[in-house]
Amino acid sequence: MVPVIIALVVVLVLVLFVVLIYNGLVTKRNRVDEANSQIQVQLKRRHDLIPNLVNAVKGYMDFEKGVLLQVTQARGNAISAGSQGIAAQAQAENVLTGALKSLFAVVENYPDLKANQNVLSLQEQLTTTENQISFARQHYNATVLEFNNSLQVFPNVLIAGPMGFTKREFFEAEPEAAEVPVVNLG
Amino acid sequence: MSTFYSEEAANRRNSVLLAILVVTVLGVFGFVIGYAIGYANGDPVLWAIGAVAIAVAFGLLSALGSYYGGDQLVLASSHAQEIQPQQAPQLFNVVGEMATAAGVPMPKVYIIDDPSPNAFATGRDPQHSSIAVTTGLLQKMNREELQGVIGHEMSHVRNYDIRFTLIVGVLVGSIALLAQLFLRYTFWFGGGRRNNDSNSGGGGLAILFLVIGVVLAILAPIFTALVQMAVSRQREYLADASSVELTRNPHGLESALAKLASDGESLHSANGATQHLYIVNPLKKLGGGSSLFSTHPPIVDRINRLRQLTGDSPMDPAEVRQLTGLE
Repeated sequence: MVPVIIALVVVLVLVLFVVLIYNGLVTKRNRVDEANSQIQVQLKRRHDLIPNLVNAVKGYMDFEKGVLLQVTQARGNAISAGSQGIAAQAQAENVLTGALKSLFAVVENYPDLKANQNVLSLQEQLTTTENQISFARQHYNATVLEFNNSLQVFPNVLIAGPMGFTKREFFEAEPEAAEVPVVNLG
Repeated sequence: MSTFYSEEAANRRNSVLLAILVVTVLGVFGFVIGYAIGYANGDPVLWAIGAVAIAVAFGLLSALGSYYGGDQLVLASSHAQEIQPQQAPQLFNVVGEMATAAGVPMPKVYIIDDPSPNAFATGRDPQHSSIAVTTGLLQKMNREELQGVIGHEMSHVRNYDIRFTLIVGVLVGSIALLAQLFLRYTFWFGGGRRNNDSNSGGGGLAILFLVIGVVLAILAPIFTALVQMAVSRQREYLADASSVELTRNPHGLESALAKLASDGESLHSANGATQHLYIVNPLKKLGGGSSLFSTHPPIVDRINRLRQLTGDSPMDPAEVRQLTGLE
């Protein structure tokens, strides 16, 4: 009788162990998904802000139509790239970042514009949006790291695969992102 | 050179070890008291458990009040005003950025009208947190430095420091309470020797425990108060390293700390009870005032640890003199 009880207790403890590991993995995977959604939220916020910015500077910058056009087109491309997968979207968003950087470089040449409260406040909003996008990506990577670690450590590694958990990929900057954006004053 | 991961791990480990030290002192002290009282009066182990349980229960009750109502009290006593995004857009944006990086909900944001640059965070968990900064801080810091400071404060919330220091505070308070009760007991009842004559052989041992108990009753509260200060300092280092984890930019916080070090004013609304919540000690003493009794580590040490993260060399004596204005 006693060996049976001992065996039952051992089985119970093992089952409990597995349950705890499973729950931990589910929680961490959901955090990864949530972090991914947060990136989308911040990207959309940037898309929504840009028309306001373009309108605010349009009147002052008659000679810089090329740059404004670049920004507007890049924004359109980024929005449509949203449905074409992570890699395409990341690339389009990076192009938009480059276009915005060109725009702000040009704004430096217009003292009236630099002092304009509307433009200053929009600049701050865009600064924070760019920061939010990179922090959202950074946090996403942190959740991926935690999840992947949980998958690969012992003893989780023994049961994670059979339970259907797979490794997630980090967000990585596209090769183009390492290039310095060209400021087109044409 | 080190990483913020290894710094964080070391700081967490040290603070936990210190907390375990306090628990050990509490256990030993309780045992000695129990033996001293109980040897003559009954089961010593029961007395020990009873004494410790009563002291901790008292501590817990006061801690619960602090835990749930504490942040409102602290914010009110600091004359902090809650603000809306339109009133301070850049501050709100920086707090929002750090909240995203930390993966926590947006805290409430408060401003304290005081020229002394400082900031604090309070809140029992990330879902109920508040961050307050002084007008002096907003004026003196640029965006990068502000981000470092807010990252530090956000990390206090994220690392559950409020809860951690509260627990340590309860334990240390329990020891002080136990000491008080025990000293009164020995004074009034002479150690209970008169109560039990049948156990004459054990009288010597009971006296020994009594003496040890009295010595501990005097030393333990002081010792554990020092340990509590050490815990606070470790959590400050942890918050610095965690801030770098969020911003990935040690220079911002380093530059902010340097500015904070060279500012000599004291924060008017801070006091002994709230000082540990601020990013730098708000009660400035002449000459730097860092010692075993400080809630905060010396700013030079904090800067040097940040420099280690980027492989820079520590501050040399000339830099230190320039920073603190001391010879």
